[in-house]
Amino acid sequence: MGTTLAEKLWESHLVRKGEDGAPDIIYIDLHMCHEVTSAQAFEGLRLAGRTVRRPDLTIATEDHNTPTLDIDLPIADETSRIQIQTLRDNAKEFGVRIHSLGDADQGVVHVVGPQLGLTMPGMTVVCGDSHTSTHGAFGALAFGIGTSEVEHVLATQTLPLAPFKTMAINVNGELPEGTTAKDIILAVITRIGTGGGQGYVLEYRGDAIRALSQEARMTVCNMSIEAGARAGLIAPDETTFEYVKGRPHAPEGADWDAAVEDWKKLVTDDDATFDTEISLNAADLEPFITWGTNPGQGAPLSASVPNPEDFADADQREAAENALKYMGLTPGTPFRDVAIDTVFLGSCTNGRIEDLRAAADIIKGRTKAENTRFLVVPGSARVRLQAEAEGLDQVFIDFGAEWRNAGCSMCLGMNPDQLAPQERSASTSNRNFEGRQGKGGRTHLVSPLVAAATAVRGTLSSPADLDAAAALV
Amino acid sequence: MEKFTTHTGIGVPLRRSNVDTDQIIPAVYLKRVTRTGFEDALFAAWRGDDSFILNQDAYKNGSVLIAGPDFGTGSSREHAVWALKDYGFKVVIASRFADIFRGNSGKQGLLAAIVEQSDIELLWKALEAEPGKELTVSLEDRTVQCADITVPFEIDDYVRWRLMEGLDDIGLTLKHEEDITAFEKTRAAWRPKTLPAKTEPKQVVVAARAAK
Repeated sequence: MGTTLAEKLWESHLVRKGEDGAPDIIYIDLHMCHEVTSAQAFEGLRLAGRTVRRPDLTIATEDHNTPTLDIDLPIADETSRIQIQTLRDNAKEFGVRIHSLGDADQGVVHVVGPQLGLTMPGMTVVCGDSHTSTHGAFGALAFGIGTSEVEHVLATQTLPLAPFKTMAINVNGELPEGTTAKDIILAVITRIGTGGGQGYVLEYRGDAIRALSQEARMTVCNMSIEAGARAGLIAPDETTFEYVKGRPHAPEGADWDAAVEDWKKLVTDDDATFDTEISLNAADLEPFITWGTNPGQGAPLSASVPNPEDFADADQREAAENALKYMGLTPGTPFRDVAIDTVFLGSCTNGRIEDLRAAADIIKGRTKAENTRFLVVPGSARVRLQAEAEGLDQVFIDFGAEWRNAGCSMCLGMNPDQLAPQERSASTSNRNFEGRQGKGGRTHLVSPLVAAATAVRGTLSSPADLDAAAALV
Repeated sequence: MEKFTTHTGIGVPLRRSNVDTDQIIPAVYLKRVTRTGFEDALFAAWRGDDSFILNQDAYKNGSVLIAGPDFGTGSSREHAVWALKDYGFKVVIASRFADIFRGNSGKQGLLAAIVEQSDIELLWKALEAEPGKELTVSLEDRTVQCADITVPFEIDDYVRWRLMEGLDDIGLTLKHEEDITAFEKTRAAWRPKTLPAKTEPKQVVVAARAAK
């Protein structure tokens, strides 16, 4: 019987099969570090007198805490400054490559890896960050780890892991105009719930996935964790190879040919079986948003705020009641009438160049809604430079947006980019938890297209709403 | 990691269920860069309350926590285990633990022992009848003994063996270092390395400023 892609990746990285109940030992090809979850791991190495086994398979960047303004000045917040300085000191002491604030290769760790060509098909990739699932878009087994595991990988370049189950997510049909990869993954999470993927590696399959660009595939895999899965995968194809080719660390010449030959084998066999399968028709999708305080509380933008009484399940009903109270929403209100204070475009979910291009294309020649703030934070310094080379920065600035330096920023508000209490955002990020973007802040997760259209109208909107308005004039 | 066979210490009856990791250690403490020194952060929100059990003299030096079901739910923060250990806890006993907390405990040498809720009630009563009473946890026999009460506990066989051998995961994996080295020799040469560093040409990144 055939095997799935996830199982092939596991087998090809098996250092030692576990015996007598012991877990398997799996080799790690790439370990990425950032300032928040690495300090205690490096300290652990120091206390045990251990070294980093493979500094040449390790890379660090600064992202979670970094400011997006005045990056040439000392960081104002002392605890953030110390945490970042600690990463710099550890990188120096242990010989780890680091891209610091101000460097052209600094940025959100999950944007930096692929852009440097360090993320490739067939790899195992880990980072002390749950959104490491992003890299699965290359056909890599990629997942977030805890601090003890960060230390374990630093010391051994391996992890002891128990096996996982496999789930196929089949998305077929053609995505309608104005819908994106973000709408696919938000619909998947609403369908299977925030715990639906627990214990599974997800494999996204079908012609709608094949039709996505490489960056859009990263958006899909990124939010696998919001469905409860540690990892999400897409089999690599020509789209992937084309994206990797020519990047700084991509193989060259005969190495490239050997690599591609290897990568072409990274598919789930026709006769392989998944533990679970679900299917979605892409043609049925429309722009999607979240209305609640977990990523599974989502709905089409064309709908209205749900009534908790309509939920048959008592737990879901109570969760909806609590969420609407926190979000300050009234059942029956059309989502299109919900006024937005701040639009955030950025994050490891939607902070890449294609996301900025798509949003700029919508707002070009239009005017920003007067009472809405629009924060644009490129996923990496290179993305920012690329956008500036294409003139996108001027489009955003002319529109009235704030054009910032790269980092995680308002996705989690560890830096000064936060929502005020009761402030409402339309955010291209990945988590709408209570207080995630600032204490008391209210988050609606949206695609870059919905973000841009919302910044124009000042209420949750899709690009189609702009065209409709234009047709009326 | 120290070998764990038996431990005798003061039992702390914490009559609460669903103690999540935000309660064990609030998020404000996560910006620290040290691995030790979290003892002041343990149950920080409750420590201000004089009636909280760890503020009572008899329990101050407790080292075995006996809690209600679903201990350690919520955020995966490993800081929760560090805080318990730094305070001096060697064992946490409950009828159910969140998976991630239990996993993190095993990695850090904190024994998470699963005891039937009816037996936990017995232990709570015995400890409350005589505050500051000691109990003995035997990992070898998988029992908790408090005076004339002896109750069994459950733990994963592999984790038990690892704790008894005093092996942390890293030490254990390094026993197979030859396998790791052998595996590394089979890796294709084209697999990427972060060093020497390769990048696109260096470019100046201009600092963004607040709008005037």
